[in-house]
Amino acid sequence: MENLSFMLAPLLSSKLILVLIFGTLFGLILGVLPGLGPTTGGALILPFTMSLDPLSAIVLLTAIYCAGTYGGAITAVLINTPGTPAAAATCLDGYPLAQKGEAGRALGMATVSSTIGGIFSVVILVFFAPLLAQLAYEFGQPEYFALAIFGLTMLASIGEGSPIKNLIAGAFGILISTVGKDFMTSIDRFTFGINEFSEGIGFIPVVVGLFAISEMLTQSTLLDQVFKRVALKAVKLPSILDYKKTWKTILRSSGIGSFIGILPAEGGTVASLIGYSEAKRWSKNPEEFGKGSVEGIAGAEAANNAATGGAMVPTLALGIPGSATTAVILTGLIIHGVRPGPDLFREQPDFLYGIFGSMLIANILFFIFGFFGAKIFARITLIPNKLLWPMIFAVSVCGIYSLSQSMLDVWIMIFFGVIGFFMRRYGFSVVPVIIGLILGELVEGTLRQSLVIFEGNWLLFLTRPIAITFFILSLIALIFPLIRKKKNEQFGFK
Amino acid sequence: MNDVQKSKGVNDKNSPLFFSISFRVIFIINLISILLLYLTFTFDEVPPILNRGIQPATFPKGLLILIIFLSSIVYFLSLKNPWKLKKTLPKPFYITLISFIIFSLICNYLDFFLGIATLSAMIAYFWGERRILYIFIVSIIFPLIVFVFFETILGLRFPGGIITNLYYNF
Repeated sequence: MENLSFMLAPLLSSKLILVLIFGTLFGLILGVLPGLGPTTGGALILPFTMSLDPLSAIVLLTAIYCAGTYGGAITAVLINTPGTPAAAATCLDGYPLAQKGEAGRALGMATVSSTIGGIFSVVILVFFAPLLAQLAYEFGQPEYFALAIFGLTMLASIGEGSPIKNLIAGAFGILISTVGKDFMTSIDRFTFGINEFSEGIGFIPVVVGLFAISEMLTQSTLLDQVFKRVALKAVKLPSILDYKKTWKTILRSSGIGSFIGILPAEGGTVASLIGYSEAKRWSKNPEEFGKGSVEGIAGAEAANNAATGGAMVPTLALGIPGSATTAVILTGLIIHGVRPGPDLFREQPDFLYGIFGSMLIANILFFIFGFFGAKIFARITLIPNKLLWPMIFAVSVCGIYSLSQSMLDVWIMIFFGVIGFFMRRYGFSVVPVIIGLILGELVEGTLRQSLVIFEGNWLLFLTRPIAITFFILSLIALIFPLIRKKKNEQFGFK
Repeated sequence: MNDVQKSKGVNDKNSPLFFSISFRVIFIINLISILLLYLTFTFDEVPPILNRGIQPATFPKGLLILIIFLSSIVYFLSLKNPWKLKKTLPKPFYITLISFIIFSLICNYLDFFLGIATLSAMIAYFWGERRILYIFIVSIIFPLIVFVFFETILGLRFPGGIITNLYYNF
């Protein structure tokens, strides 16, 4: 009960309220702009969070996460382009409904279902994260190693694109984490004679490079793209009939989204696709899907926003990111000296429940801003890329330079931007690289410490029941894509 | 978001085996991995008496072997389902890449602020902006605001150069 009272703390601090309002507005703007979104935006703002205290920094990042996930729906409904990948399924019914002259109704349904999904997932987060953290007390080094492997294989199999390419990208991320002095022996690895590399490669330049700079290069290939925009008069709250039609869908998708979010994978995108397909499966009018069904919008939007709270569960309880954006949030926690895991729940409950409380408030704030300001946010899509991206580059370069006042970080950012562009072009997702980079130290550290405990005998991993469970789950995760392929064919997704 | 999709080969099927997109991509990945793998053999080793667990080079070696193995699988799978490249890279992409190089040269030899201004102006212009006022805003006014923000609010000192030194002396 005392812990729950910490959730109200953000309401009592004018600084946190300001941070929340800024984060929500910024998140909405990022969500609305195709190509940006909460992951890239979170990465861009990471250097600025260094001037904030840890709680304000994480509150800012989580507010961006919640609002950015919803913001993608505005663009999906009005210009048939998902502002974020998680809003892809929203296009399927949001845009057709907007074309019928009901853009306000479509956005109203997206706003309400996103808010309910988001709040539902925060409740799940409040109750499940401590339970998972409690379980993690049983974990030793071998269990953490097995868990990290499970996280990576899940990401590879559930995430976008080919699982094998995702595994390669994850291994590449872990390889980047090995640059610098070996933590056990202080022997240099891959430093190429550059002194700054002895400390390893920083997370933030890689994250900003892979997300922001690679996106800038991607946008340079899409300059001939033309968006057809649907006019929006005002956002309308759903009617009683709409609520009657969709309440079951919203609840179901909220549950699905929260569950998918908890799994270490690309939470929102997968959640919205499954939420949408389940809404279609259970609907009394499945023939309306794809032609402007409010159930379709509700199913996709409740699920993708529910995935936000779900994805925070493994991030905070175990230090394993549940999605690309939570990987950025995890980076934020690490650079502020906060190590997620069971000890965080015991030692800093005020910090943790402060984050939960702010996520709850962020969901309410984006409802208010989305409802009254969607028309203004929709106008942001009119900013042409030829003006937007040079400005983003200027902010990225100054932000990255400010980290350690080193030009090397700027070169690293650009280098990984180019690598990220070619990775995406040839079908390799960049998300596993980030997660591999973040988990790399954990994977190698726990493996080597386990081998010290086991005196070099690898077979002793098999004497640890929790570790075996995670290894079996990893194997299942590797088989999962075959099942998903069949499922996708069944529902017509490519 | 990816430009590459696996499809029953339109683009790649007619290419000679060793010049297909998948071959070139996997070849580059494997070449870099082999070079890095070679490098791991040059890492210092811990004497056996002090060695606890595994040598510092063992873990990166394992990762690189895994990457080579997995990318070879990707290549063999691509023989069955060739990759399809949607479109060739347009001119603005190459200009953006060149502007990165010009940015790094200007930053290294002339000035950090000038580097950002040049890159911003180049991108705005070559991505299609022709209005001088807008190019001026994104290449001079906006970077100046960012500069002043970092300098005054975050207390950052940017590297010296022909323009930045003028600003600091002023």
